[in-house]
Amino acid sequence: MKQPSLAHVLQPKWRTALQRLREERAKGGTGKLVILVLVGGAFWAGVFGVLYRILKALRSVEELGPLIPGKMLGLILLSFISILVLSNVITALSSFFLAKDLDLLVSAPVDWLRLYLAKLGETLLHSSWMVALMAVPILTAYGVVYKGGVLFALYAVLAIVPMLILPAVVGCAVTLVLVNIFPARRTRDLLSIIALGAAGGVILLFRVIRPEQLARPEGFRNLLDFVILLRGPTSPFLPSEWAAQAIMGYLRNEIDPLPLALLWSTAAAFVTLGALLHRALYAQGFTKAQEGAERFIRGGLWRWTVGSLLGWLPVAKREFVLKDIKLFFRDTTQWSQLILLAVLVVVYLFNIQALPLHRGEPVGFFYVNLVSFLNLGLAGFVLASIAARFIFPAVSLEGRQMWLLRSSPLDLRALLWSKYWVGTLPLLILGLILTGVTNALLEVTPFMMILSLATMAGLTLAISALALTFGTLYPQFETENAAQIPTSFGGLVFMMTTIALLAAVLGTLSRAVYTYVHSAWEGQAIGITPEMVGWFVMAAALCTAATIVPLRMALRKMESFEF
Amino acid sequence: MIRLENLTKLYGSFVAVDDISLHVPRGVLYGCLGPNGAGKTTTLRMIAGILRPTQGRVLLGGDDVHVNPLSAKMRLGFIPDRPFVYDKLTGAEFLRFVAGLYGQEGDAVERRIAELLEVFELTSWKDELVEAYSHGMRQKLIISSALIHRPECIVVDEPMVGLDPKAARLLKDIFRQFVGRGGTVFMSTHSLEVAEAMCDHIAIIQHGKIVAAGTVSDVRRQHQAGDASLEELFLRLTGGAQIRELAEVLGRGP
Repeated sequence: MKQPSLAHVLQPKWRTALQRLREERAKGGTGKLVILVLVGGAFWAGVFGVLYRILKALRSVEELGPLIPGKMLGLILLSFISILVLSNVITALSSFFLAKDLDLLVSAPVDWLRLYLAKLGETLLHSSWMVALMAVPILTAYGVVYKGGVLFALYAVLAIVPMLILPAVVGCAVTLVLVNIFPARRTRDLLSIIALGAAGGVILLFRVIRPEQLARPEGFRNLLDFVILLRGPTSPFLPSEWAAQAIMGYLRNEIDPLPLALLWSTAAAFVTLGALLHRALYAQGFTKAQEGAERFIRGGLWRWTVGSLLGWLPVAKREFVLKDIKLFFRDTTQWSQLILLAVLVVVYLFNIQALPLHRGEPVGFFYVNLVSFLNLGLAGFVLASIAARFIFPAVSLEGRQMWLLRSSPLDLRALLWSKYWVGTLPLLILGLILTGVTNALLEVTPFMMILSLATMAGLTLAISALALTFGTLYPQFETENAAQIPTSFGGLVFMMTTIALLAAVLGTLSRAVYTYVHSAWEGQAIGITPEMVGWFVMAAALCTAATIVPLRMALRKMESFEF
Repeated sequence: MIRLENLTKLYGSFVAVDDISLHVPRGVLYGCLGPNGAGKTTTLRMIAGILRPTQGRVLLGGDDVHVNPLSAKMRLGFIPDRPFVYDKLTGAEFLRFVAGLYGQEGDAVERRIAELLEVFELTSWKDELVEAYSHGMRQKLIISSALIHRPECIVVDEPMVGLDPKAARLLKDIFRQFVGRGGTVFMSTHSLEVAEAMCDHIAIIQHGKIVAAGTVSDVRRQHQAGDASLEELFLRLTGGAQIRELAEVLGRGP
């Protein structure tokens, strides 16, 4: 029998992608495209600009100058490879074992090699596109600084593509082995925890090492040691090093075919070995993946604890809140993100504590207040990222069950209320702790403490409302993975709006804080002037408007949902 | 009990439901028949308040579903054709959650949950996450959820899909008893045997319009079908003549 071509097997995927684009265009997606291009362009320009300056500066440094860029590229590509292996493992689980099209493909007379290559391609594309996009401004900066010319782009592609293929093959193979040991649903749980735990561990480790100390000249005992370290390859057996060598060789006009040959031959060998492993283990793994994770749950704990605490609520709201909490803690892909969150909070507080404000010279009153005030913006940004992860997807996750909610007499306001408070309350507690502890570490005055806590409360209420609203305005009802929802277009618009809100609120309050700091600086009596009250009222009004108006919009949008 | 007045639904320029009006009185099991894509599911979802009609209105016990949604929906139990439920809740938790949506709680709800799970043979599964349920078990759970608040009318889309013969028989008995006690059932079905055996009244929908309505004998009389079976009548009204060409499509066999 003639086998269908690989392109044919992949046809539904690219046709779906094309159709989505057409639908977007039909819905007037030009605005979306413009925003995406602007944000993406600004990000690229930022990365390019920073790297360009660093590389330019390094080129003018004697001895170390020519060595560091190569080392730096090796490290960047190494970090890409680590990210890629993790993301490929997680993506491979969906594309090889849980995807909806598998029943059709596995039951059709498609041979194992085509199935493997099609799914490997799908996994590679899904998990690598972000890294590939990120590599563009980085490599462009190298190309421009070293005057690589147009052909450099082609050469860079030749070096980077096998570097993307290798982690994809490894990721798929790891998943294949894991699924053969555990059932797929359990593997997904396991992987989420391992992946996020590992990511958290790496961040924590990196932070505790205090890389900023390396930048201090007194940190180097011997310049020669450092040069020797730089000359040697970081990890000679890793493809990231080969790719860095290939790219730097081209840029220094010392073209060596060995790294490229190593990259491509290893990629080919890995694909072959991966395919053989797939032939040996896939059928058995796929069967195991169909087994449901059998788990008996009494669920009484939530009812006795949270249920009793919420006893004062009307039954519909109470049941809704209980349901949301249970779903969150029973979905490993969701709650495991808390691990990363905890690590980020620790790193955040660690950074504040590590600030050299309280070292040696007397504490600068001005700097402490400045840091405390700017910290509001940073904490607000952290809360916005958390809201994007946990509150933004809330409405999308109801998608498949919306038939039940819409056909029952549940008031949509109650639904919105439940979603809002289930997300807001933990966020508010976190926001207040983050602000309170950082201010305590900074030893700020009571004025700044109260101002910060009040501002953080107002901002949190508004950020939650914005997250819920943008999640409702740009719902992703068809998605199977909650973790992918925040990276959608709506998530981007939410983050941009929140940044604008943070800028507006902090901009308003900055006048009041300036008056306060100025009075203290001049040694004048510190009091709250009518002008300051005016700024406070305006900031409060901004937060209130950013809470109420979006929630009303969300309600209206929800009323117009059709299923 | 259920009254549809000039109900119309457009998807862009496509007319899914075209000016349908009908009345289903209390104590009647009303069947909605039609070929795929005729507009049955859209009609049912408008009755359940999930879709908004482009024109016209739906009254449940006198309440407009879109003007007084809460009081109208209190009377309703809806069973969709695709059994999507929260995978990470157990069967019992799901039923408790649905009861809560209708403002019900306490011992009465617990007794009702136990009763319904028993009837649908799900008692041993009640503490298991729904993600482990089969299609048919999910369907049974959804049917239980539609009955948990003792609705006055049930709107059901393709009730027998995914059910084993025993459960299908049980559901038929439940619907008949429900109607016998004054309840109202409005259901869509592809199964003409089910419609003929169960429904007091039927409506045949084609291209979003009702092409025939009444009791099965009324419809036969209206269309001078004599003793023709409901299947023949259905095919005649919905343009199923092409079925004759089926033999040609299937070929001469392997």
